[in-house]
Amino acid sequence: MSKISLILQREYLSRVRKKSFIVMTILGPILFAGMMVIPGWLASLEDKEEKLLAVVDHTNLYTDKIQNTELLKFEFLPVNAESDLKSNFSNSKYYAFLVIEDDLLKKPDAIRLYSEKQITIDVKEHVARSLRQYLSEEKLKSFDIEGLDAIMNEMSKVKVDISTIKLGGDGTEKQSSTELAMVVSFVFAFLTYMFVFIYGAQVMRGVMEEKTSRIVEVIISSVKPFQLMMGKIIGIALVALTQLLLWVALTALILFGVKAAFVKDVPVNSMQQIEMAAGESVQIESTGSFDFGKIWEMINSFEPVKMLLLFVFYFIGGYLIYAALFAAVGSAIDNEADSQQFMLPVTIPIILSLYVAIAVFRNPMSDIAFWFSMIPLTSPIVMMARVPFDIPGWQIALSMFLLVAGFIFTTWFAARIYRTGILMYGKKVNYKELWKWFRYAGK
Amino acid sequence: MSFLEARSVVKKYASQLALDHVNVSVPANSIYGLLGPNGAGKTTLIRIINQITGPDEGQILFDGKPLKSSDVERIGYLPEERGLYKKMKVGEQALYLAQLKGLSRNEALKKLKFWFEKFEIQAWWDKKVEELSKGMQQKVQFIVTILHKPSLLIFDEPFSGFDPINANLLKEEILNLKKEGATIIFSTHNMGSVEELCDNITLINNGKSILEGAVNDVRQRYRQNLVRLDFAGDANHLKAVMSEHHEVVEISPLNGYQTALIKMSQGSGVNQLLALAIKHCEVHGCQEILPSMNDIFIQVVNQNK
Repeated sequence: MSKISLILQREYLSRVRKKSFIVMTILGPILFAGMMVIPGWLASLEDKEEKLLAVVDHTNLYTDKIQNTELLKFEFLPVNAESDLKSNFSNSKYYAFLVIEDDLLKKPDAIRLYSEKQITIDVKEHVARSLRQYLSEEKLKSFDIEGLDAIMNEMSKVKVDISTIKLGGDGTEKQSSTELAMVVSFVFAFLTYMFVFIYGAQVMRGVMEEKTSRIVEVIISSVKPFQLMMGKIIGIALVALTQLLLWVALTALILFGVKAAFVKDVPVNSMQQIEMAAGESVQIESTGSFDFGKIWEMINSFEPVKMLLLFVFYFIGGYLIYAALFAAVGSAIDNEADSQQFMLPVTIPIILSLYVAIAVFRNPMSDIAFWFSMIPLTSPIVMMARVPFDIPGWQIALSMFLLVAGFIFTTWFAARIYRTGILMYGKKVNYKELWKWFRYAGK
Repeated sequence: MSFLEARSVVKKYASQLALDHVNVSVPANSIYGLLGPNGAGKTTLIRIINQITGPDEGQILFDGKPLKSSDVERIGYLPEERGLYKKMKVGEQALYLAQLKGLSRNEALKKLKFWFEKFEIQAWWDKKVEELSKGMQQKVQFIVTILHKPSLLIFDEPFSGFDPINANLLKEEILNLKKEGATIIFSTHNMGSVEELCDNITLINNGKSILEGAVNDVRQRYRQNLVRLDFAGDANHLKAVMSEHHEVVEISPLNGYQTALIKMSQGSGVNQLLALAIKHCEVHGCQEILPSMNDIFIQVVNQNK
């Protein structure tokens, strides 16, 4: 046991001290924080310049019907100003000018917007929206409906605002946010996916390094191959957890710092950003004031402690089940170029589970969702995607049990290949060969 | 008393019989040569002794008792395929490997200091292994192998990669270890060093032990009654006289003398041969030629093809 801890220590320290680890640990959070903060910051950089637009209306139907906004001002000019504007636009004070030539109800395309610079989409949209609103009101009026104003007034009050409420087992009501839960679980699932890949590959490379540098024979004359493999797998798992922890802590720290510097803008934008990343848009009241109490209530509604514990369990389980397989692959090859053929069957289930996880958001109780959250190779990612949807406890328990069993199985399976593989040099290995190693029952 | 004994050890790999009922008995406090062509099964036997792999049949006795896993701490193994972690510092790595052999950190540190001073390589302590030459790395590996004062040492081609000066240093250390009571198994293709160092040998070919015994006995067993005679005088005359009783293999001039290689007939001794020679020439030297281990190796392996 103490030998495993020696190996574990070496694996851990030699990686944590590496420059690349330190750089990644610092860059990661900056990147994450950047992903959350920059869109908000960019939005705050929006055009603040006041623009003046000229309108030449041949019909005289639309005078003053386009509203000025904070940044867009409209000046209505007489018809004869048009030729002047066209010939001498660069010297005028206008950003653009609008020409309306005919009744837009009859001829919707009788309107043009001229400018030297490309018109921004905001300007175009504003003009179109103002006119559309005016025109539809005109159209309504043309039906001569009695009490129209009152009706319109009532219409504007119509609003749908769905709150999703979860019923607790004891009948208590909690406000929930399915979207937020999905975002969080997706982030968790994705983190698991990413770490399995990064650190699984590290296990593979570590095994290969020991094999190609020929130190492995010295070491396994002191410890059992299984101890060496487990020491490496667990040591690297601790590196992964260290990095994860540092990332979370540093990201939080940076966000906190940025928030302190820019106050209220940031959290709103960052929240929206997370949701966009998850492919789901959530309407958050963009009045500028952001109700943290409400958010906290939402977070609480899907039991953060339970979710965090499950995440840690599936994260570790997912890593372990694959790390052993990566170790077996590393033991079978002499250089990274040969790794492709054996990597494929290992990586397919990981990639597949990410696709299934995305599908699971639409229908978390489907058969596919159930089975893939039970199969140990896919459950770490798929089950994390299902967790927010209040799936039955027995399913989680069964899935956890199967994951542990699966981990024990892959480790046993991998150890048999590993034991023979690390001492095989210069042999072109294929699946038949691996099977022989596995079958080979020597002690 | 034998310190290590392999009894009828069998090891099969898929289709191939790597070891076929091999018996080896290594006397305590001796240097034992494990010889054989490439792929004969030496490394397999060594791996079985190191418990890297297990025998399919048979038994290994270590210090009189069946080998058990804690025995690895009493064995030092320098494999033929050896290496170190390239990115790790020399001292740190030596400490790590020593601790894996069961030494405490402090003990390992103390002993490493002693050996690094003895080999005058203290300056390497904080260097990364990849900065060292191959020979330097071998030195570090040697130190790590013997650091925990194992009672059984296994060296697989220990001299490969060493220059003559360092090879000599190593040879002295190996002899020192024997003097201090260690039992040493020594696997090599360098027959010169076998004659120089080994007390006993086993020659393994195709998984079978085909020759074993004390080095001197083996050489005696394969002696061909060859005698080298250095003389001054008429070569043709001597050849004629000698050919009556013995077989003259060749006569060639050497440093102003003549030297004759004579294969004596069965039953005759060196004295008889000398008595005859003295009558016909001036004898400057006479020596019985024992076959070299190299010749025996080639002869025996070819016979067993």
